Amino acid sequence: MSFSRSVEIVAKEQLKNDIFKFAILSEEMAKVALPGQFLEIRVKDDIEPFLRRPISIHKIDKVKNELEFIFQVKGKGTEILAQKQVGDKISILGPLGKGDFRFENYKNIAIIGGGIGVFPLYELARQASKNANVTTYLGFRSKDFVVLEDDFKKVSNKVVLTTDDGSYGENGFAINFLKEDCNNQKPDCIYACGPLPMLKAVRDFAMENGISAQVSLEERMGCGIGICLGCAVKDKKAEGYKHVCKDGPVFDINDVEF
Amino acid sequence: MPHGTFGYGREMSEYIDLSKLGAIITKGTFLKPRAGNPAPRVCETASGMMNAIGLENPGIEHFAEEDLPWLKQFNTPIILNVGASTLEEYVEVCRFANKLDIDAVELNLSCPNVHAGCMAFGTTYEGVKEATSAVRKVLDKPLIVKLTPNVTDITLPAKGAEDAGADAVSAINTLLAMKIDVKKRRPILANNTGGLSGPAIKPIGVRMVYQIAQKIKIPVMGLGGIVTGEDAIEYMLAGAKCVSIGCGNFIDPETSVNVVGQIEEYMKENKVEDINELVGAVEMN
Repeated sequence: MSFSRSVEIVAKEQLKNDIFKFAILSEEMAKVALPGQFLEIRVKDDIEPFLRRPISIHKIDKVKNELEFIFQVKGKGTEILAQKQVGDKISILGPLGKGDFRFENYKNIAIIGGGIGVFPLYELARQASKNANVTTYLGFRSKDFVVLEDDFKKVSNKVVLTTDDGSYGENGFAINFLKEDCNNQKPDCIYACGPLPMLKAVRDFAMENGISAQVSLEERMGCGIGICLGCAVKDKKAEGYKHVCKDGPVFDINDVEF
Repeated sequence: MPHGTFGYGREMSEYIDLSKLGAIITKGTFLKPRAGNPAPRVCETASGMMNAIGLENPGIEHFAEEDLPWLKQFNTPIILNVGASTLEEYVEVCRFANKLDIDAVELNLSCPNVHAGCMAFGTTYEGVKEATSAVRKVLDKPLIVKLTPNVTDITLPAKGAEDAGADAVSAINTLLAMKIDVKKRRPILANNTGGLSGPAIKPIGVRMVYQIAQKIKIPVMGLGGIVTGEDAIEYMLAGAKCVSIGCGNFIDPETSVNVVGQIEEYMKENKVEDINELVGAVEMN
């Protein structure tokens, strides 16, 4: 179930120079949203920029009927979005994606995020931590890019924060710390979102060690609702393609090739 | 709803009432399922987008068994867009389509993103005439031929369709285009080239519809970049008997319904009683 609505921005916070967190009010969307789903946002009621921007859901608040999303300003669309203020209305399609994070059956999970890939993992950690032991690995390029450290600490039993250059937290790639911990105790499932090389490393490691893993994939999208068939990802189990917007964005690593 | 921008209706039905539409044109359907092209398949361009989906579709049997029965609940005319790689396949799909409870067939002679078939037939008078004639022989249903704008003179293939007994033509399909990632020095689309659509191509579509309408007597369906009622009126003034909404559906699932409302508003404001008064009513300078 998803909706096409004009919704009000009820909170705005600048997390970093070019990273913004917005909260929008929508009882309908908040009620049905699942961790891992995303929103298609029309930044302007105009033909330029033409397409909606797919942005993942960061937090679902079913009490306040709010959804939060975080984005980095990367181009024209996100630049316009960043200028919106509390009280403004924006056109949103959502929540979208039939592939959400599945965690109900697990007691011990590992979450790994890289860069802006950490945003959609927060709601997963928040919900999963109610019944499971959650270890979170967050990788950033350097100190200047670190976000949400305290947020993740509140919903994880342990957080390992790394920077590629060692300017903050542990020095190195988050995946290496996850591997080390897994040698001591295997998690029931690994959840990943971030740059493609990181996702591939997670996939290879999980497969070699017989650990379940789910990844949130990104692909250029046209519509976000499964009609343009733009965001194709190779199906591993059958000939042809699955689609990130409709079948994902979260996939079991055994279901798709990436 | 031109092919490829509406699927088979299911996804859109979550946002709009499909029974409010004049007709639904399905995605391009072949004899057998097609996987389509690798990603990236789409990218944004100035006031538009490019796609190289490669006509991914589940095949006509799947359409007949799964999609058509579902679509029939809406009482909205169904136009099946038919694609093929060979002349024989076009005929075969249309033979199959002839038995189905659909209202018309739109022959896709204009997709720029597949290597064989489609646009290969669509660029010449002879090619369109040959494909249309072959299909006409087996198809009792109304036949629309969708034309490609990737030609020097679009009135020639349009005439080919008319001469072969098509009931209407639709124009335009996407324009063959390329976008390059300047950092990687590579085209963005995996297929290298793709079809350009959206408001960016509307003036070309309007011009071509005008040219076609001057040359042939069968009706023209206008499309290409329509996102507002005014866009639709432009096409009608140029000579389109009806219009359809393509990637406008992507930016807002309610675009088609909104366009209908905006056309009605325009008619009221301009005291137009019958929409047919607008068809071809443009006065040249």
